[in-house]
Amino acid sequence: MKNNFKNIFKNGLGQLTIPIIAILLLVIFNLIRDPSFFRITIEIDNAGNRVLAGNLISIINAASELAILAMGMTLVTAASGGQDISVGAAAAIAGSAFVKVLKSGGNINGLIVLLAFVVAVIVAMCFGAFNGTLVSIFKIQPMIATLILFTCGRSIAYWINGGATPTVDSSIVKAIGGFIPGCPIPTPVLIVIAMAIIFKLVFHFTSLELFTQSVGINGSAAKLNGINSTWIKLLSFIILGACVAVAGCIGVSRLGLINHETLLIDIEMDTILAVAIGGNSLGGGKFKMAGSIIGAYVIHILTVTLYAMKVPSTDVKAYKAIVIIILVVIGSPVIKKWFAKTAARIKNKKASAPMKGAQ
Amino acid sequence: MRKKLGRMLLAGALAMSLLFTACNGGKAPAGGGTSGTPAPAPAASGTIKVGVVNNPPSESGYREANVKDMEAVFSPENGYELKTAYSLKNDEQLQAAQGFITEGVDYLLISAAETTGWDEVLKNAQEAGIKVYLFDRMIDVDESLYEAAVVSDMSAEGDTAVQWLLDQNLPEYNVVHIQGAMGSDAQIGRTGALDAQFASGKMNKVVQQTATWDEAEAKKIVESVINSGEEFNVIYAENDGMAKGAVAALDEHGIKHGVDGDVIVMGFDCNKWALRELLAGNWNYDGQCSPFQAQIISDLIQGKTTASSKKIINEEKGFDAKTITQDDIDTYGLGE
Repeated sequence: MKNNFKNIFKNGLGQLTIPIIAILLLVIFNLIRDPSFFRITIEIDNAGNRVLAGNLISIINAASELAILAMGMTLVTAASGGQDISVGAAAAIAGSAFVKVLKSGGNINGLIVLLAFVVAVIVAMCFGAFNGTLVSIFKIQPMIATLILFTCGRSIAYWINGGATPTVDSSIVKAIGGFIPGCPIPTPVLIVIAMAIIFKLVFHFTSLELFTQSVGINGSAAKLNGINSTWIKLLSFIILGACVAVAGCIGVSRLGLINHETLLIDIEMDTILAVAIGGNSLGGGKFKMAGSIIGAYVIHILTVTLYAMKVPSTDVKAYKAIVIIILVVIGSPVIKKWFAKTAARIKNKKASAPMKGAQ
Repeated sequence: MRKKLGRMLLAGALAMSLLFTACNGGKAPAGGGTSGTPAPAPAASGTIKVGVVNNPPSESGYREANVKDMEAVFSPENGYELKTAYSLKNDEQLQAAQGFITEGVDYLLISAAETTGWDEVLKNAQEAGIKVYLFDRMIDVDESLYEAAVVSDMSAEGDTAVQWLLDQNLPEYNVVHIQGAMGSDAQIGRTGALDAQFASGKMNKVVQQTATWDEAEAKKIVESVINSGEEFNVIYAENDGMAKGAVAALDEHGIKHGVDGDVIVMGFDCNKWALRELLAGNWNYDGQCSPFQAQIISDLIQGKTTASSKKIINEEKGFDAKTITQDDIDTYGLGE
């Protein structure tokens, strides 16, 4: 019993405690406020498909881009001990490239959409490699290195298409951002699941997870053990680039429109927040991707709750900040330690010394 | 190697500075001339030199159309020589304006990034005999420092739209109001008219939220209203992008919108793609925010019209899905 308590705050499961408690609290709060809040219904959309609808679906659907970016950001955070603040701008570039290719041909068919997606991925990976090179080879602080693309990214996105809000009208693009005919689950949700499975498989069959963690914990030690830490850091940024492209393409496909100024605006901060809520150390090292994904959903439950409560638009961000401060403080090492100590004291009055393990 | 590079840089810098002094030398007599003599005689003696200080076309679809309009009207064919400077930053705009004054343009056209800080530059222009026109945005200076300001009246845009909505004679108005970035001119103007209706009780406010011009956010707001099960029959979005986001949410939930639909969709800005939605009957109304001020200013410069007051309101339309034509789209639509 004593060990169980120690373990909750020590091992990987413990890392997920905070985000899971946060989700539970938000769910309970909403159920008390409005018991029908999480009701799921089946509706027929204007294209004639049977689709799932309700707040729960809205939350899971709208958080898709954030969840995907959080996956990539977790790797970058773990490997480099810093964050990429250019993901929103880079997504605007990837989205613009996606639209550019779509609009270059006449009819938009499956092949062109696939080509456009591949181009977007390549473009975003190149920009990811640019950021990664600055960080891994030139040893620039990640936030400073990515500040460059953060500043100029949306201008680059503008240059790609010229116009301010080019639109694409295609049933395939609509299906990517909305629903595939005959499938009641929003496509972006399916893409998130696919991405999560891909990461799971990569971690299972390669040593990427272990290598990333060891580089993040101590780069020099990792190097002495034969791990190319430069390459691992660079790779994490390139992988994030791929995530950025997927998120950007989903964002564009939702409305069939790219606005380089507003596409995934401010998402970089939410992404970093998702990683933090997930209990990952922003200083790098050990990480749990599942935590970041849950973190992304926490943020969106919060947003949708505030909208549902009709909190005045000008106040939404302030309320969001209050909840986030509480979450982050509860997840901080000091409070965790205090929790662990208190819990142990209640369980076992004699054991005050072994609690050092709870750090 | 490094030494060589340094020397090359030095040589380059020298060459550049020579080039610039040469330019200034060439221009100096013209500049000195204008400051001594009163206003340069335009029109009669060949081309009219116009310096335009504007925001960059990448700012928005509005700006893009605005920049293109300026280029089209102040063209060599119309007897103009156009110089342009684009920046979102006030200090860079001020520098550019000062540069145009030094170069000796005949007219200075300004759409300022910020309303303050322009006194000195405009006084310099006046001393140099350069006439100043403001377009799109007002500046916080004495009226005597400029000839005229051609601007949009955002609250008139809101009034026109709300009047159109009242004319639809709906049995009741349950409005979902999606606002632009709080505090922006467009948001204040377009919100005002609707707020008056909410206050008078004629229209019922279902929800009023800002999406800060973000299409995806607008979709989330409308989705949350639909999920709450509240009834609404009007979507008033303060720009086209947010209207598109709102419509995407309606589509996913199987709510009919537009002409003959259950929900009236209103947008602003008149992007071409938005007007096409109107023509197809998917939306009901789109309010114009006209970026076309160049012709009005050109007419003033050439003396074809005279301004009755310093502030000239650019006339703006509102388009109804039932009456819009392809011609309207070609003439008034922005972008592609």
